[in-house]
Amino acid sequence: MSQAIVITSGKGGVGKTTTTANLGVALALSGAKVVVVDADIGLRNLDVVMGLENRIVYDLVDVVEGYCRLRQALIKDKRVDGLFLLPAAQTKDKNAVNPDQMKELIGGLKEEHDFVIVDCPAGIEQGFKNAISGADRAAIVTTPEVSAVRDADRITGLLEASGFEKPELIINRIKPRMVARGDMMDIPDIIDILAIDLLGVVPDDDYIVVSTNRGEPAVMADSSLAGQAYRNIARRIKGEEVPFLDLSEKETIWSRLRRLMRRS
Amino acid sequence: MFNWWRQRTKAKDVAKDRLRVVLMQDRLSLSHGVMEEMKDEVIMAISKYVEIDRPGIEFSWKEIDKRRALVANIPVISIKRGATANDRVTQRTY
Repeated sequence: MSQAIVITSGKGGVGKTTTTANLGVALALSGAKVVVVDADIGLRNLDVVMGLENRIVYDLVDVVEGYCRLRQALIKDKRVDGLFLLPAAQTKDKNAVNPDQMKELIGGLKEEHDFVIVDCPAGIEQGFKNAISGADRAAIVTTPEVSAVRDADRITGLLEASGFEKPELIINRIKPRMVARGDMMDIPDIIDILAIDLLGVVPDDDYIVVSTNRGEPAVMADSSLAGQAYRNIARRIKGEEVPFLDLSEKETIWSRLRRLMRRS
Repeated sequence: MFNWWRQRTKAKDVAKDRLRVVLMQDRLSLSHGVMEEMKDEVIMAISKYVEIDRPGIEFSWKEIDKRRALVANIPVISIKRGATANDRVTQRTY
């Protein structure tokens, strides 16, 4: 049974596109046939994060408008077996597509792939409504910041109103050292406030910047901690029980003293 | 002099408290005028016993002693006749 998963957040800049790219690669590396879909029409980015920007010929809007066949618009990732990208249009706007057309498109992709991962645009307007239609499952990306958590709550409400029974949460860019000092909200704090199921936790990792610069999602590198976290999330999506990474960092007497001195 | 020893409230706890209040307001105001509905029902219930000044009613969310509170300010014009201890409404047993 193939499934379509939409990656949402409400707030921009929390890591939806990075999450989509990494989960797509991780699922494909595990042997599944995967297509990642950029639903951010007019502001396409998934192509550059995946390093496939030079190979785009047709895009999502071309497919919907009938200028090409679905298969012609898919870009095959030559580095990973069974991984495809359906890029967004860059010159059109979000109203070029409607939810019914998206539903049909996602349905068509599900016939040929085990997983369809949709990168949702920020916001709650037309682009969001398009991106969620056709999806069987929704993941909400947030960071441990007040604004991102607030928007995640709003998105949870909208998803539930649209028939998604159990949206799941991905907490991105956790900084264990700040959590240990009590300067950043911890995972249980956020879960407690949002009251939804946790799908994964991704630590803040400088390597994400490097990987985006190179167009090579972090899961392709064995050494990246964020990459490891995304591999774990991919396994959970496939139904495996995988323990969450232990990111706890104890505060030492020296770091505590330094902190107290800074404050005085 | 030993002020630096004293701990300030942790930033994460401030964030949690602020989020709790904001989300409660978001959830209520967004769920199709649930607040208005609740207000109407409360007014209906109170009107059985006292005559109230409807335009003067205020409902708001406040934070009192770090806890969320629904504060209602309902100006009373008069107590309805018969709304005393031996009224049939208060005597009804459940």
